[in-house]
Amino acid sequence: MIAQRARLATRVKVALILFALFAVFPPLAFALNDPFLILIGTRILAYAIAAMALDLILGFGAMVSFGHAAYLGFGAYAVAILSSYGISDLVVQMVVAMLGAAIFALVTGAISLRTQGVYFIMITLAFGQMAFFFFTSLSAYGGDDGVGLPQRSTLFGRDILGGDTALYYTTLVLLMVLFALCHMIVRSRFGRVLTGIRENRLRMEAIGFAPFRYQLTAFVISGCLTSVAGVLLANQAQFVSPAFMSWHRSGELIVMVVLGGIGTLSGAIGGAVAALLLEELLGMLTEHWRLWFGVFLVLMVLFSPRGITGAIRQIIGRKT
Amino acid sequence: MSRLHVSGLSKHFGALTVTNDVTLDVTSGELHAIIGPNGAGKTTLVAQLSGELRPDSGSILLDGRDITDLSMPRRVRLGLARSFQITQVLPGFTVLENVALAVQARQGSSFRFFAPVGQEAPLNDAAHDALRDAGLEDRAVLQAAALSHGEHRRLELAIALATQPKVLLLDEPLAGVGGAEAEDFIARLKSLKGRFTMVLIEHDMEAVFALADRVSVLVYGQIIATGTPEQIRSDPKVRSAYLGEEEGA
Ligand SMILES: Nc1ncnc2c1ncn2[C@@H]1O[C@H](COP(=O)(O)OP(=O)(O)OP(=O)(O)O)[C@@H](O)[C@H]1O
Ligand SMILES: [Mg+2]
Repeated sequence: MIAQRARLATRVKVALILFALFAVFPPLAFALNDPFLILIGTRILAYAIAAMALDLILGFGAMVSFGHAAYLGFGAYAVAILSSYGISDLVVQMVVAMLGAAIFALVTGAISLRTQGVYFIMITLAFGQMAFFFFTSLSAYGGDDGVGLPQRSTLFGRDILGGDTALYYTTLVLLMVLFALCHMIVRSRFGRVLTGIRENRLRMEAIGFAPFRYQLTAFVISGCLTSVAGVLLANQAQFVSPAFMSWHRSGELIVMVVLGGIGTLSGAIGGAVAALLLEELLGMLTEHWRLWFGVFLVLMVLFSPRGITGAIRQIIGRKT
Repeated sequence: MSRLHVSGLSKHFGALTVTNDVTLDVTSGELHAIIGPNGAGKTTLVAQLSGELRPDSGSILLDGRDITDLSMPRRVRLGLARSFQITQVLPGFTVLENVALAVQARQGSSFRFFAPVGQEAPLNDAAHDALRDAGLEDRAVLQAAALSHGEHRRLELAIALATQPKVLLLDEPLAGVGGAEAEDFIARLKSLKGRFTMVLIEHDMEAVFALADRVSVLVYGQIIATGTPEQIRSDPKVRSAYLGEEEGA
């Protein structure tokens, strides 16, 4: 438990440092006279929410969902569809997004969790693709091409999120709240059962836990939280298309979690930052950035299988 | 009186009959040992009793209730716990957490998402009790992966105890443990007698004859004799099929 406590404290410390950096980012962008950076920052924060939500099941529950971009889609399309009916309130949109995500996660999770390992990965991918093609067929919302959003969501009936800085800080607050929530979940009774199933399923059954219901619950929670990221991404881009839920996107989410170090929550946040910054930087340098990104990932896995978190731990460990 | 009643249990792996029409009656409070040579089907029998494997035919009653078709978690919640011949722990958890989780399974809902479980005193207290019974209380804060083999065996016992079972199925708890550590373990099992009904699978004859109220002998999936340790020791069938082998070796 001593080791566990120390790890716990580190998780919170790392997250607080990241949040502090995020908080001072907009003034910095203004100082650099490049306010467009704030929109990029919002995108990173939204993906951080999604990566953290995925880490909840991937890192703590050993469920590698390869269809998690579908939940980004549920969030994004909740914004597009509701606002086309004149419902622009952010809270309402988020509740609807989470309801849709919960139902989809409940049904597909219940089926996917009949399998394990590689089969689980493949079947979640298949369900993700089903969602992708479903939204592609929505011709009223642009089908393949997607649809632009005339305006951002409103809060308390006012256009508070119209400014890029306001949207950025709203996203940051949501990231912080959801981190606190996930942090609580993983150290609760429920979290201990979930982590126990990851550690040794047979042992958990032999002390009286039926893994299915706990895994399914975690899967649904993760889907709901990911859809919140989708709502924010739609507002950031003011555009919604099925590309939000392509399988590449699901893969990117996994990369973020693995890059940051699985089962740490704060690692997933750092992983989202690292992956998207690398994407931007490499994209500026070369059009073959995907190749170089792949090379970077391979090196990362070779030299630090536990991701950035593991690398930092190694460096600190070496010093002391 | 009969706590665990097994009748006509059979299990095949392909052409191999691993459990052959096993009938067994374990009375309340007794320590019933099952002995038999390697590959006799002891672990497979425990796996069927605990619900890890389904028998091909036959039935299992716990306190008169038919549990043959119940899952392993359901049986545990009815009071049937087991330990594993090959240690099964949660390696990344501390020793205390391993045991506290077994307590949690019996105490209240695990669909609680907010309060930190590490601070739940009732869980930790009950876990400490089980650790004390198993002789591991001074290892509570260590990570389970860091334990020695003998300590792992004791953690297996502590976890099973923490589920507050009526019937405890112990699959070779002494496997790989020797010398003073084994003696200590046997003494602990002896002190648990009466508190639980126990089914003990064991190779160590000394341990079996020191602990058991009754002994059943399993050979090629079949129970060839059941009786008190004295009866088993002098049974000619057992001597030729099993004990003779040991003496000859
Ligand atoms: N899943 C399985 N599939 C096929 N054969 C199996 C399986 N499990 C066990 N067996 C075989 O069944 C027989 C009984 O195995 P079991 O593990 O129950 O014996 P045991 O009495 O516990 O032996 P030991 O004293 O070595 O622990 C062995 O021949 C084993 O090879
Ligand atoms: Mg065995």
